[in-house]
Amino acid sequence: MTAINHHTSDALLAAYASGNLAQPFALVVAVHVSMCIECRAALLAHQTVGGAVMEAGAQAACSGGLKASILDRLDDEPAPEITYARSSIFPSPVMAALKGKPPRWKSLGMGVRQSILSADDTGSVRLLYIPAGRAMPDHSHSGMELTLVLQGSFSDETGRFGVGDVEVAFDDLEHTPTANVGPACICLAAADAPLRFTSLIPRMLQPIFRI
Amino acid sequence: MHTDLINLKDVGRAYAPPRKDMHPVEPSAEMNQQTVWMLAVRDGRDRAAFGALFDFFGPRLKGFIMRSGTNGAQAEDIVQDVMLTVWRKAHLFDPHRAQVSAWIYQIARNRQIDVIRKERRPVPEELKLPETDEIDASQILAVEQDAAQLKAALAKLTPDQRAIIEQAYLGELTHQEISAQSGLPLGTVKSRIRLGLERLRHDLKGLREQ
Ligand SMILES: [Zn+2]
Repeated sequence: MTAINHHTSDALLAAYASGNLAQPFALVVAVHVSMCIECRAALLAHQTVGGAVMEAGAQAACSGGLKASILDRLDDEPAPEITYARSSIFPSPVMAALKGKPPRWKSLGMGVRQSILSADDTGSVRLLYIPAGRAMPDHSHSGMELTLVLQGSFSDETGRFGVGDVEVAFDDLEHTPTANVGPACICLAAADAPLRFTSLIPRMLQPIFRI
Repeated sequence: MHTDLINLKDVGRAYAPPRKDMHPVEPSAEMNQQTVWMLAVRDGRDRAAFGALFDFFGPRLKGFIMRSGTNGAQAEDIVQDVMLTVWRKAHLFDPHRAQVSAWIYQIARNRQIDVIRKERRPVPEELKLPETDEIDASQILAVEQDAAQLKAALAKLTPDQRAIIEQAYLGELTHQEISAQSGLPLGTVKSRIRLGLERLRHDLKGLREQ
């Protein structure tokens, strides 16, 4: 297991625990927690605060029949639950988003491919496949973007990101993530708005001495 | 860290014998009542203990769920789903890692979001419990002490601070709003992380050594 250097934030974990994180970002957080025991421990801590808030909060009496109705149902056969096991580099939450099927890659040119997992007005999340040396397609994101590495690594103006690392970027960050030498970089990328690729010409062809 | 394992064999044995495929933790007189009930449910499929858990958590869950705008009838449906999940997924409860209320909190939030948004919330991969009979009562008690300290710290907050914490964990604040709250005592949270992390490292080491 390689060390993870770039983590999610406490605000993201608290929002994830409380359920107030849009689906695309919640997926990235769930995948990172699957890969990072530090953030798994941090999530446990947030759940403990949540539990304390629930325990200390206002109570509402349950109607008389509720307990009996629950006790009556203890032996019911629960509805079968579909679970998705990790498959190669994809932790189980990614497999769940893929509904157990392999990604359907679509070419974006220059060897770069994407597989969109979901996209709606709450945001989008996709898998990106970037061959070594190539840059992520030039894209605009309004708000926040989370990018988590599943295979290989990429670097940009803020540092190097390896397997398990997550980059938390806001719209004020002008960055040019470029896949490093080695196996192709596969990442999970979530954004507030449907990610728009503004150009199919990767940024590595542009001068990149700007931040 | 696992130097003072307490031998629990000598203390209370007030519940049904555990199933063979479980790794029982004997309840200790010092453990809090909810943990003892939850272990009786997990290891002994004890319905009376489950009823006691319902009596304790039912009204708290309903109050909690209604505070985020769900009406009473729907809140009771969610309480029912949550409590049935507690019964069916009891094998996933690990008192070495988390308090009962923390575990139930996450089940409740997940269920409420699934119902409201009609979608499945992404959840992390289960971290396998180590196949070991080692019972670390000191760890269970440390988890409980931690949670008790946390509750005491929450009780000492100013009403404003407490309101913010409640809003955050009720799911009323976005992550941007949470990070903008410089007054949030996240340090209290952080202090708990180290203990949990040590346990997870310990469990992973156990898994690798099998
Ligand atoms: Zn992490």
